[in-house]
Amino acid sequence: MLKNRIIPCLDVKNGRVVKGINFVDLKDAGDPVEQAKIYSDGGADEICFLDITASNENRDTIYDVVEKTSKKCFVPLTVGGGVRSVEDINKLLNCGADKVSINTAAVENSKVVIDSSKKFGSQCIVVAIDAKKNGDKWEVFTHGGRNNSGIDALEYAEQMEKNGAGELLVTSMDRDGTQVGYDIDLMSKISSKVNIPVIASGGVGNLDHLVDGIKLGKASAVLAASIFHYGKHSIKEAKDYLDSKGIPVRI
Amino acid sequence: MNVTIVDYKSGNISSVINSFKEVAKDKVTIEVTSDLNKIKSSDKVVLPGQGSFKSCVDALNKIKGLTDTLNEFAITNKKPLIGICVGLQMFADVGYEETETKGLGWISGKVSKIDNQNGKYKLPHIGWNQINIVKDSKIFKDIEDNSHMYFVHSYEFVPNDKKVISATTDYSSNIVCSVEKENIFGTQFHPEKSDRIGLKIIDNFINL
Repeated sequence: MLKNRIIPCLDVKNGRVVKGINFVDLKDAGDPVEQAKIYSDGGADEICFLDITASNENRDTIYDVVEKTSKKCFVPLTVGGGVRSVEDINKLLNCGADKVSINTAAVENSKVVIDSSKKFGSQCIVVAIDAKKNGDKWEVFTHGGRNNSGIDALEYAEQMEKNGAGELLVTSMDRDGTQVGYDIDLMSKISSKVNIPVIASGGVGNLDHLVDGIKLGKASAVLAASIFHYGKHSIKEAKDYLDSKGIPVRI
Repeated sequence: MNVTIVDYKSGNISSVINSFKEVAKDKVTIEVTSDLNKIKSSDKVVLPGQGSFKSCVDALNKIKGLTDTLNEFAITNKKPLIGICVGLQMFADVGYEETETKGLGWISGKVSKIDNQNGKYKLPHIGWNQINIVKDSKIFKDIEDNSHMYFVHSYEFVPNDKKVISATTDYSSNIVCSVEKENIFGTQFHPEKSDRIGLKIIDNFINL
């Protein structure tokens, strides 16, 4: 039986790990390579790096982090943030990333997803959708949540599947950093709309939120940062808890 | 001893390289090349594969003499070779991803899309799934039945002779996830991404 995945996400800035609360107020939480190794040794099903300031400064530090991590961690490594082109994707894959997540570039230029999934295979192309509720729908935001594209998130999700995305990483902008739980409505609507796996992100504050993301949000995988990051819970605790709730996990 | 990872410019093989180097340490030389003479003279060969069946076969054929060299290595000289993911799939006679494409024909059979049962199963089959070991395979030494391995694929290898199957995994149906035919080994899952247990499979192959 296929297991639901638990993915710790490390926000990286200038080669160091941080976690944003609603994308501001950053705290330093250590070396990404060591953090990733602790997570993979602890049973993380994948590791995710999000290079949060990649669009603006010090771009090359992430390549070094990815290269070092991929020599120490032998679970899948997803890297996103500031990925603009097929060449950027190529470079990250060559450094040892297994998947690359594309956010702003996927909105601005549909060819990036189409071309990269053809060139490298859908299995390594993750489209990251930052969605914010507006009335009875959700809109896709770009540039780390700063710009509203006005695009309907559900329609966009479907289009990205057609364009060749292998997975969708769906973040609720409303919930990110709040620790009140995933936007279950958003997750389940997108998950029902597409036939590719959905990774739920944004808002995890306790282990029940992970359970809800899978059971109610119908996500294939759950991503979280701060609950693992500041030592509130270990990956193993999270897995044991999911297991106790009848969710299939790799233990 | 030296092990060659065939670099035929298709997809991302850095994880395969990293994992083999991690296991090999200093006792075994890991070469990454498409140089035909180096492949011929190596003790073991790894055939990775990412992307579509067609793109991988096309990439193999683009390098003049490579398929002949691999044929000579694995079929004529019967030296150990392992295919990973699409590397395994290419053992088949034919694949149906994108368009009908001829494979290497080493293990008779076809590669077709996993039946998603009208959307009941998401594709690609991504994540950790357990393997059911159905035959003693040399690469499964000290690997327990029901071990978790990491999968990413939408197509499955369906061999004609079921005796080559060494493990299956349950996703929509019993998907073939490992084969062994004499000196030829293959895994649909990614041992290089399957944590310590995956590295053990790589170690078993290196130590054959």
